Amino acid sequence: MPSRDPIAEPWGTRTPYGPGDPWPARVDLHLAEGVEPDQVDRWVRSASLLHSNGDAMDIAVKDGRIVGVRGRAEDRVNRGRLDPKDLYGWQAGHSPDRLTRPLVRRGGELVETDWDTAMDLVVERSRGLLDERGPSALGFYTSGQLFLEEYHTLAALCHGAIGTNHLDGNTRLCTATAAAALKESFGCDGQPGSYADIDHADVIALYGHNMAETQAVLWTRVLDRLAGPNPPRLLCVDPRPTPVAREAALHLAPRPGTNVALMNAILHELIRTDRVDHAYVEAHTVGYGELVRLTADYPPERAAEICDLPAQGIREAAALLGGAERLLSTVLQGFYQSNQATAAAVQVNNVHLLRGMLGRPGAGVLQMNGQPTAENTRECGADGDMTGFRNWNNDRHVADLAAAWNLDPARIPHYAPPTHAMQIMRYAEKGSIRFLWVSATNPAVSLPELRRIREVLAHRDLFLVVQDVFMTETAELADVVLPAATWGEKTGTFTNSDRTVHLSEKAVEPPGQARPDLDIFLDYARRMGFRDRDGRPFPQWHDPASAFEAWKRAGAGRPCDYSGLTYDLLRDAGGIQWPCDADRPEGTERLYADGRFWASPEECESYGRDLVTGAPLEEAEYRAANPGGLAMIKAAEYVAPHEEPSGEYPFTLITGRTLYHFHTRTKTARAPELQRAAPEVWVEVSASDAREAGIAEGDPVEVRSARGAVVARARVSGIRPGVLFVPFHYGYWDTGAPDAGGAGGRAANELSATDWDPVSKQPLYKTAAARLRALGPGDGRPSPAPTTTASAPVGAEVARTRGEPDTRETYPGGGTR
Amino acid sequence: MRIGVALRELHRSESALSAEFLRVAGRHPQEHEVRHVAGDLAAWSRDHVLTIAGIAPRYGVEPDGPGSPEPSGEGRELPGEESDADLLLLADLRRLYRMSAGVALDWDLLGQGARVVGDSGLIEVTRRCAPRSVRRMRWARGMLRALSPQILAG
Repeated sequence: MPSRDPIAEPWGTRTPYGPGDPWPARVDLHLAEGVEPDQVDRWVRSASLLHSNGDAMDIAVKDGRIVGVRGRAEDRVNRGRLDPKDLYGWQAGHSPDRLTRPLVRRGGELVETDWDTAMDLVVERSRGLLDERGPSALGFYTSGQLFLEEYHTLAALCHGAIGTNHLDGNTRLCTATAAAALKESFGCDGQPGSYADIDHADVIALYGHNMAETQAVLWTRVLDRLAGPNPPRLLCVDPRPTPVAREAALHLAPRPGTNVALMNAILHELIRTDRVDHAYVEAHTVGYGELVRLTADYPPERAAEICDLPAQGIREAAALLGGAERLLSTVLQGFYQSNQATAAAVQVNNVHLLRGMLGRPGAGVLQMNGQPTAENTRECGADGDMTGFRNWNNDRHVADLAAAWNLDPARIPHYAPPTHAMQIMRYAEKGSIRFLWVSATNPAVSLPELRRIREVLAHRDLFLVVQDVFMTETAELADVVLPAATWGEKTGTFTNSDRTVHLSEKAVEPPGQARPDLDIFLDYARRMGFRDRDGRPFPQWHDPASAFEAWKRAGAGRPCDYSGLTYDLLRDAGGIQWPCDADRPEGTERLYADGRFWASPEECESYGRDLVTGAPLEEAEYRAANPGGLAMIKAAEYVAPHEEPSGEYPFTLITGRTLYHFHTRTKTARAPELQRAAPEVWVEVSASDAREAGIAEGDPVEVRSARGAVVARARVSGIRPGVLFVPFHYGYWDTGAPDAGGAGGRAANELSATDWDPVSKQPLYKTAAARLRALGPGDGRPSPAPTTTASAPVGAEVARTRGEPDTRETYPGGGTR
Repeated sequence: MRIGVALRELHRSESALSAEFLRVAGRHPQEHEVRHVAGDLAAWSRDHVLTIAGIAPRYGVEPDGPGSPEPSGEGRELPGEESDADLLLLADLRRLYRMSAGVALDWDLLGQGARVVGDSGLIEVTRRCAPRSVRRMRWARGMLRALSPQILAG
């Protein structure tokens, strides 16, 4: 058992280190009660599937069951540490309410059946629609939690075999802006920086990135630097008093939706004070002149007014960034899910291009991911991209992909960008998509404006297939439910935010008739009878290892080159960063070290988009603007959010995560320690707003927007006045009221607006207007929000969040312990 | 000098375009990207109209306020658009593309005029407004290209 309480101290003990030193190891371990390490039968290689950090671990197996996890001390990502979600989340796999048999809807009810019956039904409907309406009637919505092999197979099925353009992942909700921002600045997706930049940086800027809760182990690395000699100074941009804000040398809490104005003012100051590496800008970039011209209109005073910040704070931020010798910037949902998402994230890239701070130790950008395998959906083309970071608008790229798959290029749709998730839902709403296959995600809780989404998914003209581990709110609406194996029950690879690839091996058998997602997709392909150009069954692969080899061929020669990797190498060496090929057999720590980008018109993944309107540019326009394939400095004017606070809805509502849960809690709520740490939804409100509304800690309140309402207990916190925060994890599967929407729901997305960034198409969860109503005094209990995180209380005595002995408590779906 | 004529025409056409963007945004409340971005682009036209109103008096033109655009008078864009919401969407985007193209061309012409008379204030105005006109065209083109395959195949 760990010597600390990982719930009360999620970042654990300090192992201080100085700049340039290696990060010391610290091994975190959690085993089921009564199991000692020497009683474990086998330790099986894996990595974390409950966040995007990619922490390497070994799964402990005893008597054919998973009994715990241990961090891998030698792995470059975590040096042995584990996030609390990893220490406890594995217990969900044992939950007695796992899906173990396929289900089909008969007479309005989902009833158990066998695989042949369920798959034949899926195939029959697919065939019928293909014959009647063509491939555009079929849509696929996948995940950020499957494995690389599964995404590549799905992309090959959808884009190659079926020929539909309608394939996207829930990565659209988390990582689409990261990909879009990298394409806009560098011509191609691919994380420039490395986690190891934390070891070297003298300034770390975190933009809308509550790293302490989204990547707890990476934050541990920052805390260890802060505790050591010559620590870095932090800049935090976030409207909430996050653990990051508490450690920051400078914390700016702008009005939500105004990030572009803030970034333009910071760039204005960097230019005004000439903190510009002119030699770098001259040699490696285009677009500097336009940035100078546009940001001239954004002196700190103007941004201060738009963002409601002190102008002096903006000047200090620019001075901090301008004085850095080794600047690391990280960006996440506070930018990606907010107004002008891509435009704001691109301005962070611009800071680095201006300062020539890319590709050397400590000088890098991390456009972060939110989900464990989000990177793989992007590489494999299962998220609205083309496989291998290819450009759908470049016929040579499409031909190249068709050759890798041994298909006719004409079968691969490339007449328009692959359809994004929100547009897939719109086509389903309009009835032109009649078949939707959802794998490993829960749109009935995670998409915006849930009342609408429930209607779309429940519509009788839509044939809904849901492939999952548990009976989610989405599965409840399905026509066919396919039980899937999960982490520890199947083999495959996945890649974290800093391009580190890990192998995750099968440790135990899946329960009942549950099957690996890869097997399900391949079974579908065989039943559909897909063939390649030589008449062989397509896809030509049949198991994880052959799927990985096929992916290596499809990605070879592109930035995400895995050709030097094998399962054996990953098993022996642990995490390795792509690109990894014959020239770079040990992988590549940082991209763009030589100032060379994948941005030539021939190589680039995208010809780019207008940062304000989202309009795609054509090849000729790209060639004219960037013939030499340099990095692109793209400027953008500030445009106000589409929904601003008003008399009726005076607050800005933002949604987000907590440290202790992942997504819609399908797994984390079934791990008792995690569920207890954050058992119920809450709403964060500032002390001044609470006072004005007559609300005290723990009082029940209603939050209402133009779309719906949520009832929760108030947490009076240090959040920016005028802003409300509701965590998005809570749905209805454990309330017994699956359709509680209208008059007091539990899911934050009852409230969110249907609006997305026109460039990345990422939904904007952080720009809605709402009102707050007290529902009378509470019973004296505080709100269930954790005290250890950004939701920490102010001005009230609240018992600290901590782990408790697991005795005699009942958990949803989990029985008693 | 006919620069006043060009300014008057741009004032009229930007006003009409602003009204058209708002009309399209209002007509397709469930086409969320069209609704939101068309609203943003209408604001550009309103900004351009105010800019023209500010500089036009130098050329003896006193245009009306932005509140009184003439109707676009464009009539039917595509056969069948009256009874088919999808065709209406394509028709509206097609009309926005054509109207934006006309406005872009007029800004180009005004820029030529501003150069020949050497009015640096007017040159600056055209430098600011002309690229936005092209960006509106690209937006309408991009939306048409993205949305048309599903509509035409359906």
